[in-house]
Amino acid sequence: MDLNLLWYVLLGVLLTGYAILDGFDLGVGVLHLAARTDQERRMMMNSIGPLWDGNEVWLVTFGGAMFAAFPNAYATVFSGFYVAFMALLFALIFRAVSIEFRGKQESAAWRRFWDYSFCLSSGLAVFLFGFAAGNAMQGVPVDAQGVYAASIFDQVKPYPVLVGLLTLAYATMHGAIYLYLKTEAELQQLVHRWMWRGFGLTLVLYMLVTIFTLAGIRHATRNFEEHGWAWIIVVLTVLAFANIPRAIFLGRPFYAFVSSSLTIAALVFLFSFSLFPNLVTSSLSPEYSLTIYNAASSHKTLTIMAIIALCGMPFVLAYTAVIYWTFRGKVKLTEHSY
Amino acid sequence: MDVLFLSRVQFAFTIMFHYLFPPLTIGMGALLVFLEARYLKTGNPVFETATRFWTKIFGLHFALGVATGIVMEFEFGTNWAAYSRYVGDVFGSALAAEGIFAFFLESGFLALLIFGWDKVSARMHFFSTVMVALGSIFSAIWIVVAISWQQTPAGFVIREQMTPRGLVRRAEITDFWAVVFSPSAMNRLVHVLIGALIVGSFFVLSVSSYYLLKHRHEDFSQKSFSTALVLAAAASIAILISGDFHAREVAQYQPAKLAAFEGLFTTPQGGAPFHIFGIPDTKTKSVRYDVEVPGMLSFLVYRDTSKPVSGLDKFEPDTPPVLLPFFSFHIMIGLGTLFILLTLYALFLLKRGTLFRKRWLLWVFVFVVIGPFAANEFGWVAAEVGRQPWIVYNLLRTSAGLSEAVRASQVRGSIAMFGVIYLFLFVLWIYLLNDKIQKGPEPASLPPRTSIEGALDAASRYAGHTDSLTEDKERKHARPDF
Repeated sequence: MDLNLLWYVLLGVLLTGYAILDGFDLGVGVLHLAARTDQERRMMMNSIGPLWDGNEVWLVTFGGAMFAAFPNAYATVFSGFYVAFMALLFALIFRAVSIEFRGKQESAAWRRFWDYSFCLSSGLAVFLFGFAAGNAMQGVPVDAQGVYAASIFDQVKPYPVLVGLLTLAYATMHGAIYLYLKTEAELQQLVHRWMWRGFGLTLVLYMLVTIFTLAGIRHATRNFEEHGWAWIIVVLTVLAFANIPRAIFLGRPFYAFVSSSLTIAALVFLFSFSLFPNLVTSSLSPEYSLTIYNAASSHKTLTIMAIIALCGMPFVLAYTAVIYWTFRGKVKLTEHSY
Repeated sequence: MDVLFLSRVQFAFTIMFHYLFPPLTIGMGALLVFLEARYLKTGNPVFETATRFWTKIFGLHFALGVATGIVMEFEFGTNWAAYSRYVGDVFGSALAAEGIFAFFLESGFLALLIFGWDKVSARMHFFSTVMVALGSIFSAIWIVVAISWQQTPAGFVIREQMTPRGLVRRAEITDFWAVVFSPSAMNRLVHVLIGALIVGSFFVLSVSSYYLLKHRHEDFSQKSFSTALVLAAAASIAILISGDFHAREVAQYQPAKLAAFEGLFTTPQGGAPFHIFGIPDTKTKSVRYDVEVPGMLSFLVYRDTSKPVSGLDKFEPDTPPVLLPFFSFHIMIGLGTLFILLTLYALFLLKRGTLFRKRWLLWVFVFVVIGPFAANEFGWVAAEVGRQPWIVYNLLRTSAGLSEAVRASQVRGSIAMFGVIYLFLFVLWIYLLNDKIQKGPEPASLPPRTSIEGALDAASRYAGHTDSLTEDKERKHARPDF
């Protein structure tokens, strides 16, 4: 395994971690308005209250790692998707402050404003991630200089929008399963209904996206032909996906959550595997694509970065586990809650 | 207005708004560690009340810092793509390290700091407070490493490669530790961290003075005030010394910047003066309404009042603007001087025992907190405008760092978006801060007594679904004193 491939994998790990962790946070946000009472909405916010900030760091680190390991891709993607990234920042800013501000005043109007802000900003963020992935799969007109100049109107096409809807559905399902683990009584029953709805929506959209990907994107299965072992992941995805309703039905929501997380990990894998070795596929010419080889920083930098990751990430994983363990169990509102 | 100007304005605006919060977080983080340590050692409940109170405010600032901070990481890519390609090896590495070593640490343990009071032991909670404070300092370290490399690049080589996309030049790391310890890094780090302690301590002074003036929470306020005052005085003096070291390093590595700071248009024959006051005039290349100390700049730089300091004439045509750096630099120093005088005077009165009776002075402390915020911002304006026209000093021009793909219309839109959002957040910040200060160091949230919802709220808060309302509760669920 060379350094470039290693960093492609590490970026994939960071993206997977982010998708699983902020996936449920953002999912809770999307579901927020399904709860009706102030009490219920507080419970929902507090189920992620201690955790969402640490979860968002996975995105920040993913961005920083992309900047460090594949600066050409980072530069092309972020500037090329200017309007989409600004919209994402808008969404993430409002998600953050909605959680922080909502409980600070008693007024119903105040709380309702932040409820809508929390829900819509979470939904927008999740949608945009799928939207970006969809555009990445399709390929974008990167020119010979590695520059991608486009307007948002070029980017809003049916396929990316469909993938955006898929991630939205996924967040709903994943967030609902998480909430099911964290809530009790009526709120849990409400969430139970949304788990099934989320699962159904995700299933339908997953199949649609799969069909459109196989039909519409010629290079999608290129790597699968060369490396047949990857089909195992497809099989495992189906099994994990099937386990979600099974686990819910058997009353073992934790396994549903694990299965849901595994399907997310598998989706990121399939996406990355399909894209490999491209980071940004050029729809103009394959020579213009930014790959993990031509968009990378120097060998020495990749080595230094690998050492930094090796030193730092074990600690991160360890204390993150401790923190999650501390906040296990059902949500209870205390004086410290939002 | 072209896309270069717009992108610069946007970056300046977003970073200056962001920079309101991290220094406050760093300063208050240190304070929280101190207060909680005192509580663990003495068991005095005033320290626990103080810690819990300041933690709530800390949480507000931390969230705003995070919300505005993610903008910065993305903005290098969105608006400065060419720069990102050029410095990705170096700058990107520092940013990724910031994520791995600092952001995870502070955001992770923040959970225990804010929500873990009743979930973990007192020792574990204190450990979390320390981790959050350390995380914020680590964050400062890595971002200052990145910025300092921009200003005084080291430990790298410029590689030119002929690629299918033409000739590509970029910086590549040759020596990681030389990058980390670039000439300006440690000076800047110390200066920035002390600046954070100043804003944190003045913030506490401001809130404590307000309470003292209203005769509320007097024991809490006197303790908070006294502690913060000592820190503020020490930090104000320390930053003057740090500034001296830092300015001499600027003189050596970025002499054009120092010349701009002092409006030194032409290199003098003998010593160069230091301006206490003046208005630089770029047309006549002089400083008007000049109040200066002759030879003082030479003395500060070389410890020799007659040695000439390079003027802007030596660096034509790559000279920075003069007005902004000159004013920012001098206002920062002026404010810093004010902080020293103010805190030392207050300390003197504190020793005499008459401080808390001097209402006019307490009112000064309520409002002077704007000073450290301003000083921190002006310092950065001086440093960043003073480095123009370079974005990587002497290597890459700011104009060459711009995103190739971005148009002026897009940046106009995003500036408008940030303008509206940040104005909104600023107003809310002040509103919520004031609200929290008015409520004071009391139990975090008293249940509202005026509504059915509130009553149900209160009832549910004190009983988990598995608890009985009548049997003895564990300490975990009932804190009658709160």
